[in-house]
Amino acid sequence: MASLKKRAVDIYNWFEQRLGLAAPAIEAAEHQIPSNTSSWWYVFGSAATVILVLQVMTGILLALVYAPSANHAWSSLEYLDHNIRLGWFLRAMHGWGSDFMIAVVLIHLMQVFLFGAYKFPRELTWIIGVCLLLLTLGMAFTGQVLRFDQDAYWGLGIGASIVSRVPFVGGALVDLMLGGPIIAGPALSRFFTLHVFVIPGTLLALVGLHLWMVLRLGINDWPMPGRLVNKKTYVQDYHKLTEKTGIPFVPDAVWKDAVFAAAILLAIMACAFWFGPFGPTGQPDPTIIQTAPKPDFAFLWIYAVLAYLPPSLETPVLFIAPVLIIGGMLLLPLVSGEGEKHWSRRPVAVLMVAVIAVTLGAFTSLAMYTPWSPIMNAWTSDPIPLTDLKDRTPLEREGALVLQNKQCRNCHAIGGAGGMRGPALDTVASHMTEDQIIRQVLQGGGNMPAYGNALNPAETTALVHFLLTLRSGNLPPAIDASRKLALTSEPPQAQPQPPVPNYH
Amino acid sequence: MNPSEPLSPSDQATAAESAANAGNAGRSRRAFLFKLSLLLNGAVGAVLAVPIMGYLLGPALKKSSNEDSWIRLGPLGDFPEGETRLVNFRNPVTTPWDGQTGDIPCWVRRISGNDFQVFAINCAHLGCPVRWFAQSRLYLCPCHGGAYYEDGSRASGPPERGLFEYDHKIVAGSLMISAGKMPTLASRNCGQPKLTQIQPSSAIAREPFTEPMHSEDAQSRSSSWPA
Repeated sequence: MASLKKRAVDIYNWFEQRLGLAAPAIEAAEHQIPSNTSSWWYVFGSAATVILVLQVMTGILLALVYAPSANHAWSSLEYLDHNIRLGWFLRAMHGWGSDFMIAVVLIHLMQVFLFGAYKFPRELTWIIGVCLLLLTLGMAFTGQVLRFDQDAYWGLGIGASIVSRVPFVGGALVDLMLGGPIIAGPALSRFFTLHVFVIPGTLLALVGLHLWMVLRLGINDWPMPGRLVNKKTYVQDYHKLTEKTGIPFVPDAVWKDAVFAAAILLAIMACAFWFGPFGPTGQPDPTIIQTAPKPDFAFLWIYAVLAYLPPSLETPVLFIAPVLIIGGMLLLPLVSGEGEKHWSRRPVAVLMVAVIAVTLGAFTSLAMYTPWSPIMNAWTSDPIPLTDLKDRTPLEREGALVLQNKQCRNCHAIGGAGGMRGPALDTVASHMTEDQIIRQVLQGGGNMPAYGNALNPAETTALVHFLLTLRSGNLPPAIDASRKLALTSEPPQAQPQPPVPNYH
Repeated sequence: MNPSEPLSPSDQATAAESAANAGNAGRSRRAFLFKLSLLLNGAVGAVLAVPIMGYLLGPALKKSSNEDSWIRLGPLGDFPEGETRLVNFRNPVTTPWDGQTGDIPCWVRRISGNDFQVFAINCAHLGCPVRWFAQSRLYLCPCHGGAYYEDGSRASGPPERGLFEYDHKIVAGSLMISAGKMPTLASRNCGQPKLTQIQPSSAIAREPFTEPMHSEDAQSRSSSWPA
């Protein structure tokens, strides 16, 4: 027994004499950290690293089967899902791992920001961290393209259309991005290269630097209100703190990281098991146009912003906003590298996090039900509520048919069914007069196309008569206030004021 | 840093030859060789960069003149007058592994007689596939709700212009279009946003600011379209 142990030590020493890696590694693992940094708030960075390792592993396993060719990528994913034992689970782990990674990286960023950890001397750690966030999002976008389905195909189209708006070099950039004149094989190969070689390589290198700097500069001490960062005294103070309250990172602090990482891995596995892999949705055949493409979760907010930007602002915002946002994040530690770290003394920082979180959340939730998109089949499938048809004249019912046939409901809801692009029509007659409705239908306006060419006079009359019955039962009809004035101010021979038309 | 710097050249030479400075001479020779090796590798790197950059930028440097070519969409009889139909064609430039992504749809509108309009499937906003609704005479985009009238002009929503249009001609009773490249604002916005009849991108790339019209009927029609 003793000789076995001795032999093991001998083998270890043989390697250590030649490699010399264990001693510095152990030293790094046992380095002293201020005891107050052993906190559940400090576990997100290590969790992100663990997920990265998971993504690399599952990614390599998927690459054993995946065929990065436009002709076969989609069917190789179907094959993975249905013909390879546990292929679906590996795909699901990789997909959910991606979502968890983005979430954990964002939480890590928020925590670092609120704890003032980006201040001196950790400015570069923050800057590299911002790059890591962008690379993580780059992995998510390129990964979504590799799931070469309808969403990926048209997502590439959206990407190319955005890139094409770059002034002067837009066309050349689209050619570079797609590698050919259309979205096809070369485009997929390019995104495969980015997703599998270029971005992960950069990501791993920068994670190495990021970790190296954490070791070299020490983990950020727990912020205390009133303890200001001063470039002259900070390093000295930090060393004093470490000497006074120091504990070894391994094992005294690392167990929290390990427990949290295990919990995250379990959560990813649970999501993968219960919810399964993402897609692939329909095959990437551009001739199948019955599709409503949507990006993955992390990019839904951008999809929503693109719907709400007015056409004239779209291109400037698309290219100026990212420069400002990313530039601001990169410059943050250089601009405010000293001073207060604690969140309770940095109300603007807290407000910023709250506003950004609410904004991203609001746009994301909007993109979940895309109120700006017409519902392409609402006119074929949704019934008109019975109350809107009961006791109506034949002309008014004819108008209901016109409304249905002319696909008005793709954008307008009645009885809660239909599109949300335009206002719901349930009470339209209570706030629009007959003249206003006719004008709006024929000439359009606001966000509505003109239907003058799509409706003949009989259809227009019927449609308007139907719309004038839509007052949600008993709301008073809209009245043109100036009408009365116009009639009474006419010469005396004018007829007496006509009664308000009653369409019931 | 070199203490012999202020000395005259002859003094310097004698100093270099002296035994005390022999080590320095060896070092300066190695420093020179080191710099020379850096220079050599820099030169080799620059030469190496030429093919790499050429390969990498190839798709962007390629003259786009050969990307659009005339494609037959079908005999005129396939397109009833007054109707708009979805037609698929095989892109003229594909790779053998493109599969179904090489098939491109387009909307063909036969106004009357030989009067046609052929629209790209891609919304002018962000490239999603627009769908034709014959009853409301509109093209609607499922992504962000862009809408176009039957002549391709912008009706509402986020697009900043009308649908992209392929140049077309009629040869021996068949409708031909000039296509080959995904239409985007970069390849199709030739400083004339009001027009929907646009030349193929090849011609635009060569003469960016010429009036983008080929045939006479295109000219007469475009002037009557709404802006």
